Amino acid sequence: MAYAQPHPRLSVLSNTSQSSIDHLSPTASSTRFSLPSAPSVVSNKPSAPRPNIYDRNLNKTRVSEVSASAFSFLFSEIVQYTQKRVSGINDLERRLNTLGYRIGTRVLELMVWRAESSSKTPKREIRFLPALMLIHTQVWKAVFGKAADAIEKSVENADEYMIIDNDPPIERHISVPRDMSQLSCSSFTAGIVEAVMDCLGFPARVTAHNTPTTQFPSRTTILIKLEKSVLDREELLK
Amino acid sequence: MAIFGLWVINKAGGLVYQRNFADGLAQLTSNEYLVLAGTLHGIHAITSRLSPMGSSSGAQVIEGESFKMTILLTVTGTKFVLLTSLAEVSAESTLQKVYEAFADAVMKNPFHTPEMPIRSEGFDTRITALIGSSQTS
Repeated sequence: MAYAQPHPRLSVLSNTSQSSIDHLSPTASSTRFSLPSAPSVVSNKPSAPRPNIYDRNLNKTRVSEVSASAFSFLFSEIVQYTQKRVSGINDLERRLNTLGYRIGTRVLELMVWRAESSSKTPKREIRFLPALMLIHTQVWKAVFGKAADAIEKSVENADEYMIIDNDPPIERHISVPRDMSQLSCSSFTAGIVEAVMDCLGFPARVTAHNTPTTQFPSRTTILIKLEKSVLDREELLK
Repeated sequence: MAIFGLWVINKAGGLVYQRNFADGLAQLTSNEYLVLAGTLHGIHAITSRLSPMGSSSGAQVIEGESFKMTILLTVTGTKFVLLTSLAEVSAESTLQKVYEAFADAVMKNPFHTPEMPIRSEGFDTRITALIGSSQTS
């Protein structure tokens, strides 16, 4: 894997060799983000004082819930759409990861804004383990409504950590056929985690793996492989 | 009281899921099941036009001497058929739960192609939990 670029995984969706900055900017590539033409929508209805979605208070949807069925259908379509455009399982997982990455960057921004903006002493996680705990509980709660089930540290490799979810909500209705058994749709979640890690300043490569047990048939492990620079910095901070 | 088998018939009359739960009916080959399902689909289409009072939902229960066939037609045209003993009273509610399991484990599964045979582990598990448990009670 090429780690030289800051975000090599952001360029997966397109074949053009644009710089990764272009992908992060919604205005630079309107085809990818298909921004609604918001001003015209508002001006068409002068009588309706409905606020633009971009002007809405971000705290408004803080405690509102999303239909799990609607999400399941949407995610199912995402997987089907993606599957039609890839050549193999690795490719499919990478694309799901990329889609998750876009969510992860926003999740972190929103979470930090909600949690720290009202605080008198806003803080940012700079040590790795508290950051991992933040993902395990806060990010999981923001995205899935519950904390993940466990954090583990690899025995063999010092740079590998695992977040374990016994029953990932996004996979609840998915039965992967036998000939694709190594596919884990939680690659989407892995993308979210990777984005949060990247944005917190812990560049890592994150993948998802099925680790079923008899009690939890859809148990999934999110494997975080940290870049060496992170470990070196942790060493210095000790 | 026993549940013998479950069929799921797609809107074109093809059998997309068939499973036996208890002995009591003659064992058939998969081809014979396909023919039976197609026949039932045709009969159902006829019964839905027999009503003198305008439109009808079609046959809901067909009873024989030794078994009862309960049919649930969904709004999308998929039919769920439960083969039970005559004394079985929970057939309708079981079918509703099968429909629910179908909606969850089949329609929300990205690896299922609509109108094609159901090969979903999740659906099998749900059906086992549903009918396996109702048999012991």
